Amino acid sequence: MQRTVATRTIIAHVEDKPGVLNRIASLFRRRGFNIVSLTVGRTAELGVSRLTLVLDADDDTARRIEANLYKLVNVLLVEDVTFAPSVARELALIKVRAGAETRPRVLQICEVFGARVIDLTAHIVTVELTATHDKIDDLVGVLAADGVIEMVRTGVVAMARGERPQIPEPRPALSPHEAHGPDDICESHESQGAA
Amino acid sequence: MEAVMSATGGGGTRRLTGAAILWEALASEGVEVVFGYPGGAIMPAYDAMLAYGDRIRHVLVRHEQGAAHMADGYARASGKVGVALATSGPGATNLVTGIATAMMDSVPTVFITGQVASSLLGSDAFQETDVTGVTLPITKHNYLVTRVDEIAPTIREAFFLARSGRPGPVLVDICKDAQQAIGTWCAPTDPPRLPGYRPSQHAPDELLDRAAYLIDHAERPLVLAGHGVVKSGAGELLRALVEKADVPVASTLLGLGGFPASHPLALGMMGMHGEAWVNHAIQEADLLIALGMRFDDRVTGRLASYAPRARKIHVEIDRSEVNKNVKIDVALLDDVGRVLGALVPRVAARRRARWTARIDELKGDSSVRDIQGLPDQGRLYAAHVIHDLWRLTEGKALVVTDVGQHQMWEAQYYKHDHPRKLLTSGGLGTMGFALPAAIGARFACPDDDIWVIAGDGGFQMTACELSTAAQEGLKINVAIINNGYLGMVRQWQQFFYGGRYAATPMRSPDFVKLAEAHGLSGMHVRRRAEVEGAVRAAQATAGTVVIDFHVEQEDSVYPMVPSGADLTEMIRRPQPNSPLVESAEDP
Repeated sequence: MQRTVATRTIIAHVEDKPGVLNRIASLFRRRGFNIVSLTVGRTAELGVSRLTLVLDADDDTARRIEANLYKLVNVLLVEDVTFAPSVARELALIKVRAGAETRPRVLQICEVFGARVIDLTAHIVTVELTATHDKIDDLVGVLAADGVIEMVRTGVVAMARGERPQIPEPRPALSPHEAHGPDDICESHESQGAA
Repeated sequence: MEAVMSATGGGGTRRLTGAAILWEALASEGVEVVFGYPGGAIMPAYDAMLAYGDRIRHVLVRHEQGAAHMADGYARASGKVGVALATSGPGATNLVTGIATAMMDSVPTVFITGQVASSLLGSDAFQETDVTGVTLPITKHNYLVTRVDEIAPTIREAFFLARSGRPGPVLVDICKDAQQAIGTWCAPTDPPRLPGYRPSQHAPDELLDRAAYLIDHAERPLVLAGHGVVKSGAGELLRALVEKADVPVASTLLGLGGFPASHPLALGMMGMHGEAWVNHAIQEADLLIALGMRFDDRVTGRLASYAPRARKIHVEIDRSEVNKNVKIDVALLDDVGRVLGALVPRVAARRRARWTARIDELKGDSSVRDIQGLPDQGRLYAAHVIHDLWRLTEGKALVVTDVGQHQMWEAQYYKHDHPRKLLTSGGLGTMGFALPAAIGARFACPDDDIWVIAGDGGFQMTACELSTAAQEGLKINVAIINNGYLGMVRQWQQFFYGGRYAATPMRSPDFVKLAEAHGLSGMHVRRRAEVEGAVRAAQATAGTVVIDFHVEQEDSVYPMVPSGADLTEMIRRPQPNSPLVESAEDP
């Protein structure tokens, strides 16, 4: 078994319930797994959220991370897409110093990278770039000479190619935010009892 | 709707307070006893409890930690789910040590805590603590319940999670307003639907065949029997396997009793204070068959040199344990009993005369150092007390140990032939565990001869529960191994800290008078000749009895593998002209 450390991309499909992110963050903190980036958001399925985790780990550690994620009751499915055909993107907002003299060059660089200007003042240009993690690193590297004032990145979101994997259907939510009448839970039991 | 509900009886659908729904839900899970302590946020549940007194017994503890250990002891002794109840804030935080104890040893338990009203959550209200946050890393799962209609399904899930797969503690924190509100109770019929929960898997045939092949072709195989053998009730299947394939069995601390100690293939305990021949056998083995154990650092010693010649088969229900500490060749991810059931017909019947002869040779070398063979010279040694206790109880007692030297002596000298008859805090090493855990075990095993073996230090951590035993009229025999020190720490100070006894000498109260203050009885024992009479007297007494055994103060547990050392680098009981530390070449 190889023990080479690689940057892994792991997708976790989880029940959209309060505290789930805390459980995952707590697991990584406690077991000493070091997260490079973590993104969370809703999915097309009601009640399912999805996380994309990027971290550095060898094969054994990656397996243990997957096994530990599955021990969390709210985790529905885990995919390690590191070596699977997949697409991955990250969004960055980059604020660069660009006075009258340097602005044309900055704008030209941004155009080459496919970054879009979203704000412009007399001395500052703000651009957005949606690209792979490495390509954003490259743009930031080139712009560094002009002076990057501020930058924010979302972290990677990833998706395997092809059909969506079969995800166990989440439970109906019982939280106060959901539109569940107080008697709904027992209606089904009553009908079962009668049958 | 109301008419339908009033028409249906106990098993049907009724309108009840959340507090009453809680007790209905507990009763429907088969709960017969709850250990707890009331307080503001759990008062509605306590008020509703009075109507359920004929179905569920409540035991009032003296400290919530005691309630947690009682639930734990009940669960370990019975195999059923133990339940503890506490109020919010300090009540809940006092449970924490007990919850962590149950987590480390995978004990099926459900903890129910009151919480401030849902409208006050997050406001630092009186006795508010974020208990689900506090217990997140020390529970298998936990819940915050804010609405009355979540109570019944949550209790259902909590019990299912606690007892299935790798068992563990589940905490349910219930807001006071949810306990007070009126909701609908209907007896649950289906198991809860937990779509992401995978309690176990199935070991595929090709891996079972591979494991059988490794066993058949090993010359020096060894079974490492862990807590999973006990939990899975797999003792008979283990016996069938090892008798057919002629494989000796070493046990972890929590595995003791899973395989009969009197069986010719039983070797005894492995690890830091394991038998010398067991540790040597592990290092010489060419195959380890690990059953429901997790290669804890107290078992492996230095990982880099652990069992260097052995392939490893790991039978384990929790996939995250595989390859955590030790590299595994064949992992069988399922319940120990199910895997053994599939392995027994697959392995070949054979004998291993050379291997068993080699182990006998290792044993013979060690037995001459055994304190059992040493004269007492008028002194009272803890090992002698425990050996005598084993003899006088015919090895049939349910023994609950605390943590420290006495715990290791018990593991070495009390030979358990039956599962669930040794309860001890192995993973967390929680001092103060023994007395409350024994009280819990009493409800699981009403007819057993129950003995607490505790040190003078650990006993004082939860000695307040003597009062619980007295109030409930429970019969527990308590043997305090009193050496006037926090003995295990003192031993480490002697071996590794230049004999500087920092904060380990301890002056204790007169334990006999302490027992008498609770309306119980006690005895002092200072000489070996008095042991038998005291044990017999305790057994003949109706109530709880405390025996204070005043043992040798500076005796140590041998052998000892220093933390992080190779398993063969053992400190052995000093003999004239023998080195303190022996190497692998020694025997």
